[in-house]
Formats: sequence, C-alpha cells, structure tokens
Amino acid sequence: MEKIIPNIFFAFILIAGIGYFVMNVRKLIRNIKLGKDIDRTDRKPERWKNMAKIALGQYKMVRRPVSGVLHIVVYVGFILINIELLEIVIDGLFGTHRVFQPLIGNGLYGFLIGSFEILALLVLVAVIIFWFRRNIERIKRFMSAEMEGWPKNDGNIILYFEIVLMTLFLVMNATDTPFQEAGAGNVISQFIAPWFEGVSDNALHTIEKSAWWLHIVGILIFLNYLYYSKHLHILLAFPNTFFANLDAKGQFNNLESVTNEVKMMMDPDADPYAMPEEGAEDEVPEKFGASDVTDLNWVQLMNAYTCTECGRCTSSCPANLTGKKLSPRKIMMDTRDRLEEVGKNIDANEGQFNPDGKQLLDDYITREELWACTSCNACVQECPVNIDPLSIIMDMRRYLVMEESAAPQELNMMMTNIENNGAPWQYSQMDRLNWKDE
Amino acid sequence: MNVPTMADMMAQGKQPEVLFWVGAAGSYDDRAKKITKSFVKILQQANVDFAVLGTEESSTGDAAKRAGNEFLFQMQAMTNIEILNAYEVKTIVTCDPHSFNTLKNEYPSLGGKYKVYHHTQYINKLIADGRFSIEGENLKGKRLTYHDPCYLGRANDIYETPRDLIRRLGVKSTEMKRHKSTALCCGAGGAQMFKEPEKGDMDINILRTKDALETNPEIIATGCPYCNTMMTDGVKFNLKEDQIVVKDIAELIAEANNL
Ligand code: SF4
Ligand code: SF4
Repeated sequence: MEKIIPNIFFAFILIAGIGYFVMNVRKLIRNIKLGKDIDRTDRKPERWKNMAKIALGQYKMVRRPVSGVLHIVVYVGFILINIELLEIVIDGLFGTHRVFQPLIGNGLYGFLIGSFEILALLVLVAVIIFWFRRNIERIKRFMSAEMEGWPKNDGNIILYFEIVLMTLFLVMNATDTPFQEAGAGNVISQFIAPWFEGVSDNALHTIEKSAWWLHIVGILIFLNYLYYSKHLHILLAFPNTFFANLDAKGQFNNLESVTNEVKMMMDPDADPYAMPEEGAEDEVPEKFGASDVTDLNWVQLMNAYTCTECGRCTSSCPANLTGKKLSPRKIMMDTRDRLEEVGKNIDANEGQFNPDGKQLLDDYITREELWACTSCNACVQECPVNIDPLSIIMDMRRYLVMEESAAPQELNMMMTNIENNGAPWQYSQMDRLNWKDE
Repeated sequence: MNVPTMADMMAQGKQPEVLFWVGAAGSYDDRAKKITKSFVKILQQANVDFAVLGTEESSTGDAAKRAGNEFLFQMQAMTNIEILNAYEVKTIVTCDPHSFNTLKNEYPSLGGKYKVYHHTQYINKLIADGRFSIEGENLKGKRLTYHDPCYLGRANDIYETPRDLIRRLGVKSTEMKRHKSTALCCGAGGAQMFKEPEKGDMDINILRTKDALETNPEIIATGCPYCNTMMTDGVKFNLKEDQIVVKDIAELIAEANNL
C-alpha cells in the first residue's frame, strides 16, 4: 500500500493540473465567442497551408533573424523535450522507472534522450540570450509604456520557468546512476554528473527523484500559467493563423448592414416607412462599428488572446515611430484586458454581463490613438502570428464616425466635400476634366 | 490634350479598350495633374484606345472608408458602379493606388466587377504586348530610390512591377533600408492626408524622407500622388529641393521618352 501512495499522489496532481487547465480553456472559448460571428471556414487548403507555414514553420519569425532563430530553438526544443512527458506520466502512474528504455532498447532510447539533452542545452542558451535582450540590452520594443508591470514580468517569468525546467531535466539525468552507467544518451548530463561526486547514493537518488517531481509539477504549473500569460500564443498561434484573413490586406470589409440601408436610400421606389418583411428579425437597429469588445468579431478577440506582446507591430508602425500615442500592440493588449474584464464580470454574475459603465473605447483605447493610424498595414505584415490590429482600429473609427459623428473637424470637412462635390477637396465636380486643357 | 470621355465614346457608338480612372488628386491637385498628363501621353504614344469619365467621375470613397464613414463610402461606390456598369466598363487603369485598391478589392462585393490595373502594371503590360517601349536615355545613370506606396505594396503585394519599369530607365537605383514589405508609410494613408497629424516627435513624411535621403538620391520615385506630395514636402523640409526631385514613375517614363 505504502508503495503506491506516490502513484496516487501523482495521478491526483495530474488530474488537478489538467482539470484546471481545461476549465480555463473553456472560459477562454466562451470569451472568444462573445464576439460577433464571421465566416472564416472557406478556402480550407489555403488555411491549412498558412497554419503549417506560419504557426508550425515560423515563417514570419525569421523576418527578424536573431530573435527568429532563437525562438525556433526554444520552440523546437520545448516541443520535443515534452515527448519525454509521456514516459514521465507512465512512470509516475505505474511506479516504473524509464519504462521506454528496455522497450525500445538502449540504442534508440539513448539517441532520443541524447537529442533531448542537446536541445535542452540549446534552449538554455537561447533563453539566457533572450533574458539579456530584455533586461540588459533593453531592446526598444520591450521598453514601451504598455510593457511596464505585468507584461514585463510575464516575459521574464516564462524565461525563468524554462531555465528551471531545462536544468531540472539535465540534473535528473545526471543523478540517475543507472542511466549514467548505461552510457547511452547522456551526452550533456555526463558532464554534470561529476558535480555530484562524493554525494552518497541515497542523497543522489533523492536529488534525482526531486528533480523528476519538480519537473512534472513545473510543467503542470507552466500549463496553467499559460492562460494568464502572453504565452497563450503557444496554443493559439495555430487556430489564429488558420482563421486569419486571406484577402488582400488593403481590402476592408463592406459592412452589410450599411449596404442594405444605402440601397434603401438610393432606391427611389423604396418606402422609408415600410414595415420590415414578415419574419425579419432585426428589430433592434444594428450598431455600426465597435465601441466595446462584444462589437468585435471572434477572430479579433482570438487575436487579442494570441498576441505575444513581441512589439514587432509597434516597432514598424509609422505613427509610433514618430512619437504618436498609437501602438498596435497596445490595441491588442487593451482588447484582451477588456475582454478578460467582461469575462470576469460574467463569471461573477451567474453567466450574465452586468453593465459596468466601461467600454473598450475611451476606458482603454483613446480616440487620439485611433485617429493616428495611417492604415498602412505594417503592423499586420509584421505580426508573426497574423494578428490584424488594423481591423480593430477601423471598426472603432467606424463607431466614432457613424454612431457618434465624432471625427476630427478636418475629416468632417473632407467628408462633406465628398458628399457634395464628389472629391475630398472643395472643387466643383464640373471642373473634373479641366486639367486636360491646362 | 485630346482626352475623350466615355460619353463622347458612347455618342459615337464606341467602346474604349480601357477606362482611365483619374481620381480626385489626379484631377484637381496641381502636382498630381502632371502625373495624369504624363500617363495620358504614354497611353497616346502606345496608341491605347482609352477614355475618362470626366465630370461623371466621383470620389471612389476610399478616404471616407478609411476615416470610418462606411455610409458615405458605399454611397459613392454604388453611384460610381452604376455609371461604370451603364458604360459596360470592363477594364480600368488608374495612377492612384488608393483608387486602385478600392476599385479592385472593395467594389466587387457591391456589384462592381472590373479588371483593374495600377498604371505601373498597365505600362508593363503594354511593354509585354510590344505596344510600348522605354527608349530615351535622359535618365541614364541618375541616382534613384523608389518609395513603395502602402496601398500598392503591402495592401496588394505589388513590389516588383514598378521596379521592373525603373530598371528599364537605366538609372542607378538604390533601395532604402525599409523597402518592399517593410517600407514605411509616407504618412498620407488612412485619410491622414486630409487632417493634421496627431501630436508626436515628428511627422511621418519627414522620417520617410530621411530613409530616402540616406540613399543619396537625385530622384525619389513614387507610384502614388499622395506619396508624391508627402515626399515633396519632406524634401523641402530638408531644404533639398534643389538637389532632389520627387517624380511618379509615369513622369519618369514620359521624360525618358521625351514625351
Ligand atoms: S496600420 Fe495603423 S497601427 Fe498598423 S502600423 Fe500602420 S499606422 Fe500603425
Ligand atoms: S500583435 Fe503580433 S506583432 Fe504585435 S505584439 Fe502582438 S504578436 Fe507581436
């Protein structure tokens, strides 16, 4: 009986860890679904290709070669090393030790673990460079205003996590005497093993067991940390690239609700007082544009959860580069923060949103930011996971103009000119061809 | 200039090969009018049977759309589409990447489906079809740098077409450090052309002109009337207007061919 207590304990923390994660994922999905519907299921082959290329292949990461290559190392390393998890889980549940070793033979086993050890070392190196870039070199894009406090700590915490997890993995192997004696796959750990010379067999075993436990517990904590962190992108990068916009970046959607109204206005036979057709449901007039997260579509909300806060968008944004308040990264972070707030509100009020007198516009994103955008698409181009900050900016501008008539004065003049003269300037449409005779 | 309108054509029972969409800037802005005329000369040299809408042309609504006024945009779009469809227009060419983008990408779902060319694409096509060639040596050896307009480049992935034309000019072309998909905006897009910029350290066109100046050019080439204005202002701001000219690719070609 005593023998199986650790196994029961293992099963317990495994279930608790995974259970809590699943609960949070369901919350995440519910929050994303607060967004409006948008159909992104067409052109499937293209979508799969995008996902393979951009999320799996990290195609856009290498637009910045240094961070791109380092990121690939950490990513590949982390994924592959986690194959080891399978063995850990079986060992933990059944009280075995390195269950795969006899199963697949020393040769193959040694090759696998050997590659994991090399990867672990590479990940350690990459992560330490990352830490330097953030904290010593202080790369500009990590230093903006929106990166203070939690976002900054979040970035570092994950680096510490990885350092600890990789170290534990190597120490675990180094202190595993039978594994070291087998001499297969201990390519890195054989150099760590001598550090433990003189330590009693018993103590060595305890160190190994502790490293093993901490490793698995660490991974479960990491898994649950994701939801609260920008590191959610590890998971969301995949659906996010799959559902990303496939049209030309310059193509903005034509609001259908507006099309219907414009057709009515332009049709001389339309009866403005006509009753809606039998069975037509939209009695509530649609709101044009977005002032809060629930006015955005679910892809935009998923974008917000996927954002890695890497700042590649902001560091290529012409408005930001010239000192304006706009930062596309902040647009994404604000959207996520507000969405989280709405989600918590719903949790606290038995599944109903209780109006809190706040919204995305003004309480999070200011008008000044929105009006500074040149719609240049640099942010969309740069984002390594195909996030589209511009679409949120545009939807919010639409709200400002169509619901609040709150455009800057000069833009109002421009629009009046278009309405009256068919040009943004105050010239008569009758003079449109004058240039040919000048 | 002899520039026929669609109405003239219709009166004679003719259908031109292509409609030249002049755009608001190309029609009214003094600087942009020169681009318009250069392009007309190119069309004429290539014997292209073209027409303009003239007084029947109206704003595409692009600026209104980027400013957030979807209503105004769609009203403009539907009015324009009615006219274009009435004339049974099939092919459109324009010198303005913003009109190009809107006509090509945003009009179709409102009922306006046309084959739309940016003028750099159309000139390339004329060359490929053997109807036009760039012959003159006027610009040979001049130092040139090309600024990618956002609405041609990133918005529609057209990077090589304008460069193909530039190569034919025999100039010495140097890329700015930010070019093609990493190009910096000139500062005019998204309806910014029509308002004062938000508070900041400097205006965007000044930063972009800096990029250009680093290549030590004699010519800054563009393919957009708004970029042209922005870069021209930037050059003036740097007091370089005596050494550097900002020219549209159409103007450069017209110059090369002594048009
Ligand atoms: S589209 Fe707007 S937010 Fe994005 S980079 Fe350009 S100016 Fe910045
Ligand atoms: S939107 Fe994309 S580019 Fe910008 S910070 Fe987020 S992940 Fe990075």
